[in-house]
Amino acid sequence: MKTLQKICICCPTGCHLTIQLADGNIEVTGNRCPRGDNYARQEINDPRRIVTATVAAAGNPHCRIPVKSSEPLPCAMIPALLEELYAMQVSLPVAMGQILLKDYCQTGIDIIATRAR
Amino acid sequence: MKALEYEIAVIGGGAAGLSAAAKCAASGRRTVVIERGEELGGVLLQCIHSGFGLHYFREELTGPEYATRVLSQASEAGAGFLVSATVMQITPDGPGHLLTVYSRQEGVIMVRARAVILAMGCRERCRGNLGVPGDRVPGVYSAGTAQQLLNMEGIVPGRRAVIVGSGDIGLIMARRLTWSGVKVECVLEIMPYPAGLSRNIAQCLEDFGIPLHLSTAITGIQGKDHVESVTFAPLVNGVLDLTQSQRVHCDTVLFSVGLVPENELSRECGVQLNPKTGGALVDDTLMTSVPGIFSCGNVLHVHDLVDFVSQEAERCADSAVRYCAGAVHDDQPGLIPLEPGDNVRYVVPNQVVAGNPHHLFLRATTILEEAVAEIRDTEGTCRFTRRLRHVRPAEMISLDIPGDCTADARGLTVALEEK
Repeated sequence: MKTLQKICICCPTGCHLTIQLADGNIEVTGNRCPRGDNYARQEINDPRRIVTATVAAAGNPHCRIPVKSSEPLPCAMIPALLEELYAMQVSLPVAMGQILLKDYCQTGIDIIATRAR
Repeated sequence: MKALEYEIAVIGGGAAGLSAAAKCAASGRRTVVIERGEELGGVLLQCIHSGFGLHYFREELTGPEYATRVLSQASEAGAGFLVSATVMQITPDGPGHLLTVYSRQEGVIMVRARAVILAMGCRERCRGNLGVPGDRVPGVYSAGTAQQLLNMEGIVPGRRAVIVGSGDIGLIMARRLTWSGVKVECVLEIMPYPAGLSRNIAQCLEDFGIPLHLSTAITGIQGKDHVESVTFAPLVNGVLDLTQSQRVHCDTVLFSVGLVPENELSRECGVQLNPKTGGALVDDTLMTSVPGIFSCGNVLHVHDLVDFVSQEAERCADSAVRYCAGAVHDDQPGLIPLEPGDNVRYVVPNQVVAGNPHHLFLRATTILEEAVAEIRDTEGTCRFTRRLRHVRPAEMISLDIPGDCTADARGLTVALEEK
């Protein structure tokens, strides 16, 4: 049996999770809501994070468009996504919530603008 | 000279000011927000990461999304806005206040208002505040300045960075820099515990294997034309042990070493400040020592969550609205002192009306794994208790106290006892 300590990152409460692994079974304690349990299981099987960055606005070197992934993305895919985002040039105007990359690598996850520019 | 007349003037167009203005305007009061910068939204605009709004909007938002929401709440409620406009002075004016405003577009504007809400936020402490020795070379930034350069203008400040202080902005910047191709060598924290939220230690440092050196102080910055290295040493029993000094090569140093409420304007108009918070002393309506002037958000005390800023701003707005209606008095009857006790660095508000329900914000001075928050009266009788787990100086504690707990008390102390 293996025991892991993790801080839940779902909300600012930051629950101290204890994760016990035994024969493929995962037991989670220390969470104050069901999201902590989900987070711990996800973290063991397939860790994911919301990605935020900025992309360039075409023709306006002083304007950056803040973006986020619509859902948490598998951690292993983050570096390639960032490279793609930093190479992008988006034409203005951009609306908040506008999809800038649809269904990234068939994950069903979109990259959306988080501010109107 | 232009003159404007409002019932409530809100100084500062960040999260606190916009949330307060939304509530004031929605209550039917003629309200104006006066913002020094060119844009409304404050520091949220450069906080492009996610994690805001879970309490207040029941949804996880990025900073710009949160700012957009509170801005549209304020404008839909009918609040007016003056941007690129700096309030230079607040003077008494009959039953209200007269604000001298310097506007970039319109020159001097005189704004008359019955009530004023101070919502100017805070600013960062920097290298100079710490007196860090070494060469005065380029490459040294406050974490928020680097955040603004990177997120608003797309300027990557360097290639190898050391972050001094483990405040939340520094932690967020550790991840942001890593995701921008910068190698973050380490984070140095002088205290034995982190200054930022546990979740930010997890998702901004541990995710990337960035070392966090606790009880460690920066001892110098070296470089000829630009930062070339940083030296640091551990504190052993509170004393710097230079025999264990280390040097790390880097071209960028970020300071994330605390925030200071920006209260120059408040002090000049006679608002008394709390030396512990750097913010105004307030009663339970969030009114300062100057009648009709209220305070909320980071200018009152530095918050770690914008959600709490918005909630506090709403309570403040509610008081200002009631003040305009004559329902909050200049000298509230029945005010008693509320003092910080054991293990409590500060509590807001500083005075309450005995017998009213209260909402308290406090910060611990130390780490307590199992604790009880206790409120005692001047006779030492315990009036209220609440169990708390994982108490951290970096994480603000919020307590709701029912009215009957404080009935007839002549003074109250709030303490955190270890259990």
